This record gives sequence, C-alpha cells and structure tokens, in this order.
Amino acid sequence: MAETVAEVTVRHRDAPVGRLRGAAEGVRAYRLIAGMWIRSTLAYRASFLMTALGNFLATGLDFVAILLMFSHIDALGGYTLPEVAFLYGASGAAFGLADLVMGSMDRLGRRVRDGTLDTLLVRPVPVLAQVAADRFALRRLGRITQGLLVLGYALLTLDVHWTPLRALMIPLMLLSGGAIFAAVFVAGGAFQFVAQDASEVQNSFTYGGNQMLQYPPTVFAKDMVRGVTFVVPLAFVNWLPAMYVLDRPYPLDLPQWVAFTPPLVAAGCCALAGAAWRAGLRAYRSTGS
Amino acid sequence: MTDVIQLDGVEKVFEVRRKNGRRLRRERKQVRAVDGITFSVPRGEMVGYIGPNGAGKSTTIKMLTGILTPSGGQVRVAGLDPSRERTRLARRIGVVFGQRTTLWWDLPLYDSYRLAHRMYRIPDDRFRANLDRCVELLDLGELLDVPVRQLSLGQRMRGDIAAALLHDPEVLYLDEPTIGLDVVSKAKVRTFLRDLNKERGTTVLLTTHDLTDIEQLCERVMVIDHGRLVYDGALAGLHEVGGSERTLVVDLERELAPIELADARVVKVEGPRQWLAFPASASAAPLVAKIAERYPLVDLSVREPDIESVIARMYADRGLH
Repeated sequence: MAETVAEVTVRHRDAPVGRLRGAAEGVRAYRLIAGMWIRSTLAYRASFLMTALGNFLATGLDFVAILLMFSHIDALGGYTLPEVAFLYGASGAAFGLADLVMGSMDRLGRRVRDGTLDTLLVRPVPVLAQVAADRFALRRLGRITQGLLVLGYALLTLDVHWTPLRALMIPLMLLSGGAIFAAVFVAGGAFQFVAQDASEVQNSFTYGGNQMLQYPPTVFAKDMVRGVTFVVPLAFVNWLPAMYVLDRPYPLDLPQWVAFTPPLVAAGCCALAGAAWRAGLRAYRSTGS
Repeated sequence: MTDVIQLDGVEKVFEVRRKNGRRLRRERKQVRAVDGITFSVPRGEMVGYIGPNGAGKSTTIKMLTGILTPSGGQVRVAGLDPSRERTRLARRIGVVFGQRTTLWWDLPLYDSYRLAHRMYRIPDDRFRANLDRCVELLDLGELLDVPVRQLSLGQRMRGDIAAALLHDPEVLYLDEPTIGLDVVSKAKVRTFLRDLNKERGTTVLLTTHDLTDIEQLCERVMVIDHGRLVYDGALAGLHEVGGSERTLVVDLERELAPIELADARVVKVEGPRQWLAFPASASAAPLVAKIAERYPLVDLSVREPDIESVIARMYADRGLH
C-alpha cells in the first residue's frame, strides 16, 4: 500500500516534467523533419522560388483590393486606410506565423484515410510534431513578409500618440495572435481524427478567420463579432489590442483591460487544443480509423 | 524473461456504423477483429504470422507496436506495455510496412538514414557499424546517393528494411516484406533476414502471403483467421493438418498420356505440360527422379500452395465451415 502511494506521488510529480520534456522532444523532432522538407524543396529550386513569389503576390493582391476600395471611399466602417492596414498587417503576419509552423495540420485527415499516420506512430517522437512538420514549406514566408510589409506601412502612416504600452501591443499581437491561430490549426487537426474530410471546416476558421480580422469589427454583424470573441476567440488576435492602440471603442462594450489579455487567451486556447489533440489521438488508437 | 512478445487473451473490438436502408438512423455493429489471441514468442525466434485478408493480422501488429489500444487482454513487448509506452517501445522495435515506405521520396537514400540517426539518437559508432553492415548485406552501396523516387520496388524495400534496423531493435515486424519483389530481390531480403536473426538474435515477426517466405525463414508459423489463432506450430505440421498439396509443373518433350505415379495425381494436362498434385509435407525430389526415369522430361517447377487454400482445406477437414 505504502509503495503504491509513493509510486502515485512520484508519477504526479513527474507528470509536468514529462510533459515539458515531451515538448522539448517535439520541438527537436519538428526541426529535424522541417529541415528534411526544406532540403526536399530545394531539390527543385526553381519551383520553390516561383511558388514563394506566387504566394507573396497572391497575398499581396488581397491588399491591393483594399487599396482600390479606398480610392473610392475615405473610411471603411469608420476606419481610415492606415488603420485598416494596421489590422490587416497584424492579422496577416500573425496568421502567416501560425501557417508557417502549423499549416500542415489540415493534411491529417488524408493521412488517417490512407493509413500513413501509422508510420508516424511507431517513431519515438511526438506525433503532433511529426504531423505539424509534415510538408513544411518555406514558401509560406511569403505571407508573413506581405503581412509585415503592410504592418510597416501602417506604422509609418498611422496618426497615433505612441506610448510604451501601445508599442508593446505590436509584438503581443503577433505572438499571441500566432499562438491563437496555431491552436485553431491544432484543434482543427484533432477534429479530423473524427471527421477525416473536415479540413475545409478548419480552413474556414483559419483562412476565413484571417480574412475577417483584416477588416474592422464595425463592418460585421454583432452576432458574428460575439462569435469570434467568445466562441472562437479570434478577436484577441488583433482587434482588441489594436482598438487599444488606435484608441477606438471596443466592440461589444468590452472593458479596456481586455486588450492585455491575448497572452492568457492564447495560453488557454493552446491548452484546449492540446487536450483536443490528445483526445483525438486516443480515439484514433482505439478505433483505428 | 525470455519471451520478448507476450499476448494473453488479446481482443480488439471495432464499432462499425453503417447507414441502415432508407431510415436515417445508423445501425451500430460490433466487429471482433481480434478475438482472444494468446501466444508468446521467445527472444531470437523468427515467426510467420499468416492469414487471409481481413483475418486480423495487421490489427495484431498494430497492437504489438502500440498504434492501437487493445479492447481486452494483455500485451507485453520487450517488457513494455505497447499502448501505454508507445514512444519508449518505438526505440526498441523496428517496423517495415511493405507497401508504405518511410523513406524520403525526393532525397537521396542516405538522408533518410541520417534522419533516423538523429531522431533515434543512435550513438555514432553504432550508426556507422549498422549502416555499413546493411549497405554491404543488402547491396545498397550504389543507392545511397540516389533519390528514393528513382529506386525500384525491390531496392526501396531493401532501403526500408535497413532504415528499420539502424537503431538496433530487439524486435522486427515485417508486413509483407517481399510483396511485389522480383526473384533476386526476394532472395536478397530472405538471406539478409536469416543472417540478421542468426547473428544478432533479433526476434522477427513477419506477415506474408508467400509461403516460400515462411518455408525459408521461419520454423514456426501462426495462422489467424476471423480474429482467432487457428494454428501455431511448424510449417510442415500446417500442411499435414490442412492436407494441403503442392503442385509439380512438368514440361515433357511431347504430348503424352497423363503421367501415372503412386504418390501424385495429374490434375491438369495442356499439350506437353502436365500439373501434378502431391502432399505438401512430402519432398519433391523422389517424385522428380521417378518422372525423369520414365518420361522425356524437359523442364519442371514446384508451386507452393497459397495460404488461402491451405486455410480453406484446414477448415474443410475439421468441418468448421
């Protein structure tokens, strides 16, 4: 009896350490596999350069559409061009970051269907890292670059009285925002354990969410804004911190301090996504499909 | 503990949902893919695990590697519980899925080995020694710099087998290691596995459709059907139990009347070619000698019974079906 109790305490004390070690192993495995994919892409150098350029241009055209719009109007939902560019750049760069690291999660369903997920399960490294690093594509840097360029343009043209706290919001948006999007990618991947053809559902939250965040919240219906604040908390990626920087009223009459909560929201999202992932993997291992 | 693989009453039940006619309600049905299997494999043994498609072979292998969690019973591999200690077990087993390569398609073969080196944290000297050995015995020397996509099926399979062995696994699972290979590649793979087992004492469990694999490699064979172990013993015994027959294909100089022999019967004649069936447990040599003595023999070959027919006969004899 005494032995069992001791064993249980040891296991409990080890649990967080084990998880931390697992995370370190995951990052290491991710780097190894991503490195292999980079070498694979560089085997076709010309094709890599063209897709990277294409990626950059395709995302770039997106912003050109906004520029065209502003050649006819002075404000969109009460926001000027530099303000919209600020929202656009922050969301684009944060999403680009998540897309670079986790963008391959939508391939999980295919791996489940064709059975190649099994080959990942017999390796001594975390499955999540292997799935996330699958087909790691440097061309996705095109999206980040484009987002950062638009953000840079916004910072140069914005009429804002910069304080340390306001400046702090920029890295906070990119990092927390990236983490929130990454959590959505992982949760979407976990969902594909159950529904293997659900990658489009995930895309509507990731790519679709990014599209939405590039415009001010004032142009959307209240229920939609409520949804991306309280259900899938994408509003914390850029809207709320940006409202603080731009000194704009918050959507849904939220208090001012919520602008500082994105790191907490991101941590919560990642924890939930991690739990969903583990549940999904457990379900797969009991059903095999 | 000398048993490196132990299964005790292992079960795997899947719940299959299917749409029920016009009604929208879905019907749930339980499928017992593995239905109470018990066996153990001592360290250093080479065992064939055979059965028809859908018999539960791969489900068993998936439970032995920790991919699937059993619904019931106990599994131990190398002293570990595969489903709970999957990543720890992964360092101690090697797995080759016949039709799914784990090699990197667009990169030279050597790059896949370098990844394994780092992913499994194989000590440099062990990695060198193991790789050199595999390169020599599996004839990979000239392939190391070739992108995997340019390899033939046989070359790729040899490459995959090497990849599964670089970290000195105690147990090697092979799922159809010779499927689709040409005769030369098959022979290379078999010789390699025999040496590996003899020299390293690596325990090998292989599934196959090719009874020749079993005949040349395994002293013991287990047959699974409908999720149950229906035979566990020597291959010769399996033929006796099943009363299965091998076929001798004989090419004569010219068309002749069916060959008459006491211990074989002609099952088919097509011009100068005749097919003779004889008990699989008997040797072909005396038979061949007798034919050569009495008939103008040009060419001959021996065909093994396929697994499906062996198992079908086994059931027929026992009246199980």
